[in-house]
Amino acid sequence: MKQKKKWYDYLWIVSLTYLILGFFNILFAWFGLLCFFIPLAIAIIKGNKAYCNKYCGRGQLFSLVGGRFGLSRKKDIPKWMKSSYFRYGFLLFFFTMFFLMLWNTYLVFTEVKDLNTVVTLLWTFKLPWHWAYHGTFFSNGIAQFAFGFYSVMLTSTILGFITMILFKPRSWCVYCPMGTMTQLICKTKNVTLSQK
Amino acid sequence: MKRKATVNILECVACGCCIKVCPKNAIAIPKGIHAEISKDLCVGCGKCAKECPASVITLEVIEP
Repeated sequence: MKQKKKWYDYLWIVSLTYLILGFFNILFAWFGLLCFFIPLAIAIIKGNKAYCNKYCGRGQLFSLVGGRFGLSRKKDIPKWMKSSYFRYGFLLFFFTMFFLMLWNTYLVFTEVKDLNTVVTLLWTFKLPWHWAYHGTFFSNGIAQFAFGFYSVMLTSTILGFITMILFKPRSWCVYCPMGTMTQLICKTKNVTLSQK
Repeated sequence: MKRKATVNILECVACGCCIKVCPKNAIAIPKGIHAEISKDLCVGCGKCAKECPASVITLEVIEP
């Protein structure tokens, strides 16, 4: 009994398009916020991880490249990588870096700092990305956020691809900060509900 | 000797990779906390165990 493909099984195309668009116009990076707000909204309102389970285009991309195209060793992920310490630690680190990026955006908004047209990979390597910048709306902060957010998205994709190759295709899902956070929300929500 | 898939619920990340590969639709993640496998529907094929990125699904021998 093969499961019939649903419309959401093609969302990997959206994820791939998103990554490609960032090479042409950085402002498209703003759409990435959907990958933050939709899973959170589903977890908060419905109390489940339907986003991870069904709609996550990035996860689909990994299972396609690692599974169908075979670009994965398909080995077990090390034990420490699935421990709560690592998962919550990574969530904390990821959000610290995210808030630093927001702070940086704020400084550009208030014109304390100039716009920096770079994409920072793995929070360290600054790649020139000026060719994807063609001006912005009312403030340079809009573009700064786009550069910062695209850095986050590209960095997590790269990490995901590395662990996809080393371990199983969707190894990223084990330590994905959004996955950890939505699971935490579901735990909190469903435990408090059952206590009522 | 029958085998059924069993989830280590403490380590499960509720990603749902197992749901997609299950040929019997025996797996669900109803509350977003961990996967649950229906013992009645599971045929012990092991596809979910192979797919699970955290490798927290094992095939356990069920005594008849």
